[in-house]
Amino acid sequence: MPAPIISIRGLHKWYSGVHALNGINLDIEAGQPIGLVGDNGAGKSTLIKVLSGVELPDSGEIRVEGQLVAIRSPRSAMQLGIETVYQYNSLVPNMSVARNLFIGREPLMASVGGVGVMNQRKMREDSTRAIADVDLHLRSPDTLVAELSGGQRQGVAIARAMYFKSKVLILDEPTNHLSVRETAKVLGFVKGLAAQKVTTILISHNLHHVFVSCERVVAMARGKIVLDKKVAETSIDEIVDVI
Amino acid sequence: MKRALKIYLEKPELAGVLLLLVLAAFFELRSNGVFFSYQNVRGVLGLLPEVGAVTIGFAMLMICGEFDLSVGSVFAIMPMSIALMLNNGVPFWPAFAIGVAMCAAIGFLNAFITLRFEIPSFITTLGMLFMVRSLTIVMSGGFPPLLAVDKVPMALFTGFIGGGLFRASFAWFVALVLLASAVMSRTNFGNWISATGGFIEAARSMGIPVMRVKFTCFMMCSILAGLAGTVQVFRLQSPFPNLGESLELQAIAGAVIGGVALTGGVGTVFGAVVGALLIRVIDNGLVLSRIDANWFKFAIGALTVFAVVGNSWLRRTARRIKLEV
Repeated sequence: MPAPIISIRGLHKWYSGVHALNGINLDIEAGQPIGLVGDNGAGKSTLIKVLSGVELPDSGEIRVEGQLVAIRSPRSAMQLGIETVYQYNSLVPNMSVARNLFIGREPLMASVGGVGVMNQRKMREDSTRAIADVDLHLRSPDTLVAELSGGQRQGVAIARAMYFKSKVLILDEPTNHLSVRETAKVLGFVKGLAAQKVTTILISHNLHHVFVSCERVVAMARGKIVLDKKVAETSIDEIVDVI
Repeated sequence: MKRALKIYLEKPELAGVLLLLVLAAFFELRSNGVFFSYQNVRGVLGLLPEVGAVTIGFAMLMICGEFDLSVGSVFAIMPMSIALMLNNGVPFWPAFAIGVAMCAAIGFLNAFITLRFEIPSFITTLGMLFMVRSLTIVMSGGFPPLLAVDKVPMALFTGFIGGGLFRASFAWFVALVLLASAVMSRTNFGNWISATGGFIEAARSMGIPVMRVKFTCFMMCSILAGLAGTVQVFRLQSPFPNLGESLELQAIAGAVIGGVALTGGVGTVFGAVVGALLIRVIDNGLVLSRIDANWFKFAIGALTVFAVVGNSWLRRTARRIKLEV
């Protein structure tokens, strides 16, 4: 059996007296979509922040494909192939789709010390393709993100993660503030990811969404994992009871 | 067609450009053709680089989501210290380099205080406005020192190129405009500036070094303000301690008229230049039209409000042109 894509051992994190993560052990298997659920303050956001490099853990180990890693910044998480799509969107509204797709990872034609001239043609062409790949149809890569619907924006964020070949995609409440139809669309994007061999971690308040799009569900409460089962072997009622 | 219209209406600098054209035509008529005469254009273009450079620095800082009220004071302190150093026997180029370094240090301090203590740059730079102004006056003893004109290579700063229409400062200014525009629209650094000011959480989560971006913009803004003040003093040949007072407000007005959003993330270098030029044109046009010069501030004020209202109206109209996205 291959090493889990992400393996967490003994992870602790305190926030000024609050024990946000209390000894988390978790193995995430490649290609198995996992749902992370829990009430507000259960620690799921903290866990995600640690994995995406936004927060540093106080103690514990993280291995990616068997290798011990230190995730010190969002950039180092991305280099390890861990990408995150946030609740309040990880796109800049006043910038075009093409520019958003390549934020922080712009293809450069010439550069000095990491700053240089962007290859805008490549950005436009590749973003058009990347967006089509997740089955999102936008007329032009020059469209401002502000003009897209909430669902389309999450689609662009997911397309970005796919383009950069991330292995693990963390979706932090991706369907908050979306209409029913838009939600269905985003859940559709998430399903499409499994086919492309991307491991997804879906954080959601909505247990129903987790049940339709994940194979395994992990529930957290008070900084600990309180339930970890295959979706087929549990029920919404059981989860509500533990969280 | 509809698409082209939409793209143009969405350009943040459009209102400024339209106003500039209208006002230039108006003043040309009112002044019976003096406005576009050789001498007058020569005069307007002589002043533009000074206000223009400050506005460009200010605009880039605003696009990255910060603010610098201290530009007017920095505008005065660099030429003041150069003049004093020249009078104390320091050769020109070392004095100039120290002046630039001092402005960079002020910009660094603005950024450091704002970002380290997480306070609004409005407050930090308001404090800096008073402190730097006070330093300038203390340094000078309250009177403008003599500028050692013979030690300054004037041809490089304010001399007319070949005795013609343009001063050397204008050539530097054109180079600055081209460079700054290229940085904003073609480089990844420009992308980071827009992203940092547009939505800092997204920029940070995508691994953009937002702190470094802001430090750079603060320092660039101060350096440009200092250089602009130095050029003005070399042109006037007297370092007044109160030089550049309320210049920060003109820089804000220029940037905003040119379509830079107060909230950050939106704007162009070209727009800022158009805004700065508009202010120069009004200043000059009022004089030529024999209107009481005290109306200048009224005109700038009205224009600022008008341009912003116009801009948001244009943008809303653009939004309403629905294309399939």
